[in-house]
Formats: sequence, C-alpha cells, structure tokens
Amino acid sequence: MKERDDILKRKVQKVEVVPPEELAKLDEIIDRYEGRPSYLIPALKDAQEMFGYLPMEVQRKLASGLNIPSSHVYGVVTFYSFFTIEPRGRHTLRLCLGTACYVKGSKDILDIIVKEVGINVGETSEDGRFSLEAVRCLGACGLAPVMLIGEDTHGNMDPKDTTKILEGYQ
Amino acid sequence: MSAKPLPRMQFMLCAGTGCIASGSLDLKTAMERELKKRNLQDEAVVVMTGCNGFCAMGPIMAVYPDGIFYNQVKPEHAPLIVEEHVLKGRVVPQLLFKEEGKDQIPLMKDIGFFGLQRVIVLRNRGLIDAESIDDYIARDGYAALGKVLQEMSPEDVIEEIKKSGLRGRGGGGFPTGLKWEECRKYSSFPKYTVCNGDEGDPGAFMDRSVMEGDPHSVLEGMAISGYAIGAEKGFIYVRAEYPLAIARLQKAIDDAKDYGLLGANILDKGFDFDIEIYPGAGAFVCGESTALMYSIEGKRGMPRIKPPRSAEAGLWNQPTNLNNVETFANINPIILNGSDWFSSIGTEGSKGTKVFALTGAVTNVGLVEVPMGTSLKQLIFDIGGGIPKKRKFKAAQMGGPSGGCIPADMVDVAIDYESLIEAGAMMGSGGVVVMDNSTCMVDTARFFVDFCVDESCGKCIPCREGLKVMLEKLTDIVEGRGEEGDVEFLMELGQHINDTSHCGLGKSAASPVLSTIRYFRHEYDAHIREKHCPALVCPSLIDFVVMEEKCKKCGLCYRNCPSDAIIWEKKQVARIDTTKCTRCRTCIQNCKFGAIR
Repeated sequence: MKERDDILKRKVQKVEVVPPEELAKLDEIIDRYEGRPSYLIPALKDAQEMFGYLPMEVQRKLASGLNIPSSHVYGVVTFYSFFTIEPRGRHTLRLCLGTACYVKGSKDILDIIVKEVGINVGETSEDGRFSLEAVRCLGACGLAPVMLIGEDTHGNMDPKDTTKILEGYQ
Repeated sequence: MSAKPLPRMQFMLCAGTGCIASGSLDLKTAMERELKKRNLQDEAVVVMTGCNGFCAMGPIMAVYPDGIFYNQVKPEHAPLIVEEHVLKGRVVPQLLFKEEGKDQIPLMKDIGFFGLQRVIVLRNRGLIDAESIDDYIARDGYAALGKVLQEMSPEDVIEEIKKSGLRGRGGGGFPTGLKWEECRKYSSFPKYTVCNGDEGDPGAFMDRSVMEGDPHSVLEGMAISGYAIGAEKGFIYVRAEYPLAIARLQKAIDDAKDYGLLGANILDKGFDFDIEIYPGAGAFVCGESTALMYSIEGKRGMPRIKPPRSAEAGLWNQPTNLNNVETFANINPIILNGSDWFSSIGTEGSKGTKVFALTGAVTNVGLVEVPMGTSLKQLIFDIGGGIPKKRKFKAAQMGGPSGGCIPADMVDVAIDYESLIEAGAMMGSGGVVVMDNSTCMVDTARFFVDFCVDESCGKCIPCREGLKVMLEKLTDIVEGRGEEGDVEFLMELGQHINDTSHCGLGKSAASPVLSTIRYFRHEYDAHIREKHCPALVCPSLIDFVVMEEKCKKCGLCYRNCPSDAIIWEKKQVARIDTTKCTRCRTCIQNCKFGAIR
C-alpha cells in the first residue's frame, strides 16, 4: 500500500505549470512536423531540447498539434530512456555501466557518486546541481571506465579522481 | 589543377569518439599552428581520419608516406614532432608504441594489433578523411554502385551476394543474399531498405566506428541493396548515444546528393534512391528488427510476432530489407572483387571477416578485423597482447547480453557462427569482453540479467517477469542468501525464458546465466555453500581477514584504506578492524600479494 501511495504522490507532483507564452514556442516544432505522425520521436527530442524536459502540458500540446492521442505520446516518452518527465539538474552525469566499463570497475565509481552527491540513479540532487544516469555503453570502451558530464567525456577514470572531477562542475 | 605542390607528408590524426575524448582536436590545432609558425603548412598536412580502433592508446597519429605510428600524443608534443619529424627527418622515440617489457615499434604495420588483422570492412580506416567524399571515391568508393547500375541486373546483384556467402553481421547470421531475394519477390510498393545502426550491445562499437570513419561505405551498400530489392528509400536508424556518427552520416548524405550519387536518377541510369537518418531515443530492444521499424514509425519499440517477416511486411507494412552497418560495408568489396574472392576468406559456413571489439582486461583494447575462423586465442593473445597486470585469463564474454562466456580452457575455439553457438555463446554484434581472475562470474551473470530486466519492453511475460525472478535469485546468491537448489532453479527458469519468450532479446536473455553455470558451476557453489566469493568481488561474501602467511607487511593496504580500518606498523602483519571496515574492497585492489580474503 505504501508503495502505491508513494507512486500516486509522485504522479500528482508531476503536474507543473508551464506559462502559456512558453508553451507557444512549441508551435514552431508542431509546424515542422505537422501531418507526419512518424516524426513524433524527433519532435519530442526538439521539445526536450527547448524545455529541458517534457512536462505533461508539453506532451498534451504536441499530441493535439500532431493529431496523435496523448496516451500514445506518453507511452513513447516513458518507453525511451532519452526522454524525461521531470526537470534535470544543471549537469547530467552519465556513468557508463556497460560490460567493458563494469569489468573495469565503474560500479566503484557509482558507489562514490551516490555517496558524495547523495542521489541514486535516475534522481536529481536537491540543489539542482546534478542528475545521475546510468547508461549502457557509450561505445567508447577503449576508454573504460567512462563518464559523460554534459558534453564532456571523462575516460580511463580512477575511482579516486571522481570527487575532484565532480568539483569542477558547480 | 592548382599550382600548389602536393604536401610531402601527411599526419593522419584519428578523430573517432575515443580519440576526440582524449584530446585529438586540440592536437590538430596545435600541430597546424606549429606547422604554420615554421612556414611548413604546404609541406605537411594534418588529416582527420575516422576511428582507427586503437582507442585505448589515443590520440593516435600515423605519419605517411613512411607509416610511422605515434600514440598518446598530446598538444604539447606538437613542436617536438614538427622539429624532429618534419624538419630533421627523425622519429620521435618517446611517442612510439611500446608493449610492456618489449622494444618500441616504429612502423604501424609491425605492431601486432594492426599487422595481424585483415581489413575489408575497415579498409579505409586511418587512410581517408572521414568527411571527404573525394577521399572515399579515390579508394574505389561508389565504383561498386557504378558497376551495378552499368552492368548488372538486380537479379545479378542478388546472385553475387548469395554466392559470396555473406551473412548478417548484426547477430543472427542470416544469409544476406537470401534476405534480399525474399524482399525482391514481393511486388508491393514502395519498398524500403533499412540500416540497423542501433548498436546496443554493451562492449561493442564497430558500427559506431564504421559510421564515423567511413560513412559512405554504408550509404553505398544501402544504395546497392535498394537497387537489388527495388526500393527507392532508405533509413539509417542510429542510436542517440552516437551524435558524431549522426553528424558524419548527414554530411555524407548531403555530399553524395551533391555528387549525384544519391537522389533522383543516379549516374543517369534512371535509379532513384534517397536516404534519411532516424535517430533513436535510447532503447536496447530497438535493435530487434520489428521493434526498430515501429520506432521509425514513431511508436514504442516493441517487437511483434513473426511471420510475416519484415521482407513481406515491415515499415508501414511494406516490404522492407534490414541489414546491419557492417553488412552494408561489406557490399562494395564483394561487388568489386567478386564473390569468389570473398568466399575464399573464412571457413566453410562463415565467409569473409568479422570486426570484433576487444575490451575489458586485455592489453590492447580496440577494434580488430580478422578472418572468420581465427581462434579466440589469437584474438586475445596475439592481437590483443594478452592480459595486463600479470593476471590470468579467465573467460571471454561474447555476443553481449544475449551471448555467453567462453572459459579459458576453450580458448582455442575458432570464431565462426556455428562453433560459437556450440560453445554456448554467439557471434552477436562482435563484442568480446575479456575477463581475468579478478572477475566474479556470478556477479557478471547478475549484471547481464539486470541489464535485460531494465531493457525488457514488457510485452511478453517470460521475459518481463521471469527475468525479474532470476535477478532476485542471483542477488540473493551474491549477497549471501543463496540456498541449495538455487542453481537448478535458475537453470530451469532460464531454459523456460529462452524457450517461450517472444523476440530475440528474451530468447537469449538467460544465456549469460546458463553459460556461466555450465562452465563456472564451482563459483556458484562457493557462493551458496561456503558463502565465499572466490574472485573477492561480492562484498557480502568476503571475510576481510589478512592471511598472515601471505602478507609481506608492506603497508599498501594501510596507506590506501579510506576509513582507517587497517592496523599496521612497520614489519608487522596488517590487521583489519571490522568495526571500521566499510567493505569497499580498496585494500583488496591494492594488495599485490592476494593476502586478504
């Protein structure tokens, strides 16, 4: 029961208000993809780039603009790991937990981040500084273990250096 | 013709994702500044090539015409290189490749990693500017498309590919020629040809390398397949994690259109073909053919039951041919050199070469292309340079989350489709993750099941629920709650999941568990019966006790412990204060004598 209540509570929090003038920016994206429902994923990508995340209003407006059921849009948004319904921190940590990185100790790095920043995978720190994501292979296995912070790649990471690297991102 | 003399020296600098992350763009700027400073900009040029596959030693740079190979070059080395190499004609020794305990090797072709490979797919690596269509054409690029349009009927093309024995490089190994023939058969139009660039297997990055380093070879292969099956439109589905590949492919498509090699009426032969990139959004299951097509249609990527096959009803229910990046890159050489040439390479059932991503506990991490039938031993020890840190080879995980582990005593196995399946693994996309004796096989199996639980699309029950139960059981075992009978339970459940799941992901999701049980049963037993992790990986199953007879009293554990839990004085055996110990395993990683259990 408690678990269910928690989930419900989280759902309620997700309803956020995006000002109408902000929402109007979506028209440009809708114009670009109108009449082409198969371009939903690129359209969502553009929208996420614009807002940083995909709140319900954005999804609903895109749905009506592209003439797709909003349930379908929600289904797609929650299916793909690239999309997020909640706002992200200023820096997104993408730690690779692919096989090559795992074998070379990326789990130790994960433990340090969880301890230092105080967030688990999929969460955002309260000060809005970091969001933590575990990704499955960035295709840079030659540099294992690898972590992306925003657009910066940190390769051949030593767990000991983790704290120092994080300090560079305020 | 320009009056400017051709430069006498080329610096081929790698600009793949790996080398860019290691700073190759800064190196380019530094080199060019230095050349200009000495007024040598017409004498020597810096060319940005695609991924060379030797990412661990990046940034790497080969100098032609002499073929000298430099690795781990930093921007601050630029003045030295220009001074020594360009002006005085001397090699810079400290930047040469060197294996532990051996001499430096100046020439690229003498380095085991490169010299022992046979390149077909990666034929242009390190030799062309990845963003230049002229460079690609100079290396026989688009000659195959020209030949096909000029001299061959679609049936001829299909026959040639069938005779070559080329099989799909994405995992299944289905004969490419048969796939094309099947798709040609259906008379419903429009048809599509799709390139699967959703390289999701962790530890595999050959498709990324091809798309970044030689994008035109993929486009050419797609255009030829479009001609063969009768399609006028192609899609490349690229995963979102590969932004550089998307950018390079887009530039390649634009250039090819400018040259009249894509678009309407190609080479005036009345053949229209256009290609569009569709970036993925992060879902492993979209590597499955039907899921990938749903994704291009803007839907959730959930596989459907086959038949009908995609060749009959694929994208928007139209006949669709889907091949992997590496498969398409093989088409140009097959058409130009003939099917006999291609089928003379490899083994009876597996023709040609295969690109492998050698990663994990191996000295030379990188991409290697070898003929089918090469043994795992050659791959890991001759090309890969063996296991670093004087550790022992324990197993190689092949085929990603769908594959299996091949143990050390089977290292002589020949790598082809059939032998690998017999050994309990599979070719997959070609990821080879090497593991040494510091890897726990139970923990590894748990890792893969965790991966598949995350990536299961949730459509069918065996995969969605069965894997969760497996994960719980494996978590119990690595955390010390394992019971007698757990292994038998895992085997039974795993077999059920493999037998009854819906798509390729579920059908093979239990393979890593089954194959580790098959070869490393003793490790499972040690976890369950002795509550001990032999590889000292699972923190709950380590005693954290120093073995007095093995301790050399060096104090390394004492100096490295982050929680001051080690009691040590000079010439004394160390002890661990278990009340302070946080089980972080730093001491185990630092002890050179294996004295902590």
